[in-house]
Amino acid sequence: MSELKTRRLTTVFQAAAKGEGGRRKLIIPFITAGDPDLATSLDLMHTLVKAGADVIELGIPFSDPMADGPVIQAANERALEKGASLAQIIDLVAQFRQTNKKTPVVLMGYMNPVETMGYETFAQSAGAAGVDGVLTVDLPPEEASDLVTAAHAANLDSIFLLSPTSPDSRIAEVCKHVGGYVYYVSLKGVTGAANLDTDDVARRVSNIKSLSNIPVAVGFGITDASSAVAVASAADAIVVGSALVKLVAQHGSEPETLHNSIYKLLNSMRVALDEHYPA
Amino acid sequence: MNTQTGQLDDKVTDQYPDEKGHFGIYGGSFIAETLMDPVRELQAEYEKYRLDNEFIAEFEWELKNFVGRPNPLYHAKRWSDELGGAQIYLKREDLNHTGAHKINNTVGQALLARRMGKKRIIAETGAGQHGVATATVCARFGMECIVYMGAEDIQRQAPNVFRMKLLGATVVPVESGSRTLKDALNEAMRDWVGNVDDTFYIIGTAAGPHPYPTMVRDFNSVIGKEIRDQSMEHTGRLPDAVIACVGGGSNAIGAFHPFLDDAEVALYGVEAGGDGIETGRHAAPLTAGKPGVLHGNRTYLMEDDAGQIIETHSVSAGLDYPGVGPEHSWLKDIGRVQYDVATDAEALDATHKLCRLEGIIPALESAHALAYAIKLAPTWSKDKNIVVNLSGRGDKDINTLATLEGMTL
Ligand SMILES: Cc1ncc(COP(=O)(O)O)c(C=O)c1O
Repeated sequence: MSELKTRRLTTVFQAAAKGEGGRRKLIIPFITAGDPDLATSLDLMHTLVKAGADVIELGIPFSDPMADGPVIQAANERALEKGASLAQIIDLVAQFRQTNKKTPVVLMGYMNPVETMGYETFAQSAGAAGVDGVLTVDLPPEEASDLVTAAHAANLDSIFLLSPTSPDSRIAEVCKHVGGYVYYVSLKGVTGAANLDTDDVARRVSNIKSLSNIPVAVGFGITDASSAVAVASAADAIVVGSALVKLVAQHGSEPETLHNSIYKLLNSMRVALDEHYPA
Repeated sequence: MNTQTGQLDDKVTDQYPDEKGHFGIYGGSFIAETLMDPVRELQAEYEKYRLDNEFIAEFEWELKNFVGRPNPLYHAKRWSDELGGAQIYLKREDLNHTGAHKINNTVGQALLARRMGKKRIIAETGAGQHGVATATVCARFGMECIVYMGAEDIQRQAPNVFRMKLLGATVVPVESGSRTLKDALNEAMRDWVGNVDDTFYIIGTAAGPHPYPTMVRDFNSVIGKEIRDQSMEHTGRLPDAVIACVGGGSNAIGAFHPFLDDAEVALYGVEAGGDGIETGRHAAPLTAGKPGVLHGNRTYLMEDDAGQIIETHSVSAGLDYPGVGPEHSWLKDIGRVQYDVATDAEALDATHKLCRLEGIIPALESAHALAYAIKLAPTWSKDKNIVVNLSGRGDKDINTLATLEGMTL
């Protein structure tokens, strides 16, 4: 096998750790690909980068999004009504890569579309399109070895979740299988839930960091600059999803308002994080 | 089973599932991280109590005194005579308390929940039978009960919704997706993720992450065990065939499992053919679907080319599900069970036959198994015995039947 190039996710997380004053905190926005349509998603990806995104998580819509709350469920339904498919979303990333070679893109979704495409076909075409990582929420590492093998062969990072219910023994084990970053789900609940306890998050993220060197991104329940700052104290990166997807739902048919409002929200987080955690 | 020779090389039942709940490539635990630990706890607790004599005795006591088991294996003589071939015996799950096999499983899971100290019970339901059976055991054991039900099904199954409420359960309408059983299951999973500490999820069929498919099978295996004993009593031997309808597959696997190692007993699982397989409007993943991942396990699914789950159709709400328990997927692939379909029309015809010839109103789900017997029995000689699992009674379906005849009750 040829020498694999350094993965974009590794580069981005390493660069963030190199600041003189401290660690730069990364922002990972999530949007559902194809909501309200694929062309808008492409424009939004560029807007997210302008607003300060370090990594983009693109949701692959699924008919049965079991781990998502109402906001992202509705986004999945909107995207599917327009017929968005995994193949088209991989193509969307290829289009994004025509002008952006730097920002890592992670595909996040559920297993079945990936199963249906086939692991090899998925990994090879995603890798060729410029996808950097894959996270399927209903795939714990225990069931993942075939997909991980296919992903690695295509130079893709496989990202897994940790949650408040993950015992220490499992945290160490899961981190062994992770590439890029581990995604810590901040609360017991679905996306968009509102029971975020930032002290609890800080404690648990510190615990994860004591068990592994892998960067930790924290998501679920981050809605604005202040929750972003609070969660980022222990984390390397914050993930913001439902708050952005809500704006897509509200302004999907008014492109200018949509881009402005998305920019405004994400950039307010960027500014607040850079202020609180100068690198 | 060797698929080339059709011989049993080993006991089928010794081969699976593995310790992670895999039946060949099927089954497993495809769930979000937050559920991994509660599911592991459940695996460990079930593994412990499964072999615990006190637990088993308690379960059997409830089946006898609360559910009313054993129910009869009844020789449907007039119907057999009319079909003119094999003798048909009906396993009368319809005579259980609450009117279907579903209660076997809810009693078992509720007892386990109690041992695990969980007081809040959630469930999903389609036809409402599992919801009623869950509400019933929750009332019996003093537990809080929340049932998720698709908004579409709430309209179709109004009497069962009222029954659940009478029994003290909260019925939560699910408005997402196709607003039917699969969406109710999604919503129950979401509830569980948010309430893992105090909540026990009683899944209503032999699907979901490990250990559910095995656990639900074990609690329903009382059906097949009784069929064995009663068949010996009636005929002095095992039946030549057992037929059961397959929605998620709990009544079927319960009826089949005690016979898997008896190669001489033919097993037939009957899926909902809806308007006919060729129309695409059906609920027959084993017959017309392909393997995929949904609701915690890998199994045959009804999906489109992009891996999206597609809507199902069946006259019986209880079979209206795009997936099926993983053990059935395995049994199909190894050839131990034959899977086929009965259409809506065939099921309705069988319903009327049983009403008129035997004085029994079957559930529309069970009628699919009856419809298959109508095809099979005449091709077999009179000295052969076929057991049809009559998984439930049809009282819940009288509104549907009346509507089909242009009447409102
Ligand atoms: C009477 C009856 N039979 C069968 C079924 C189908 O479920 P399963 O395939 O799990 O037995 C149902 C489901 O509601 C039912 O009520």
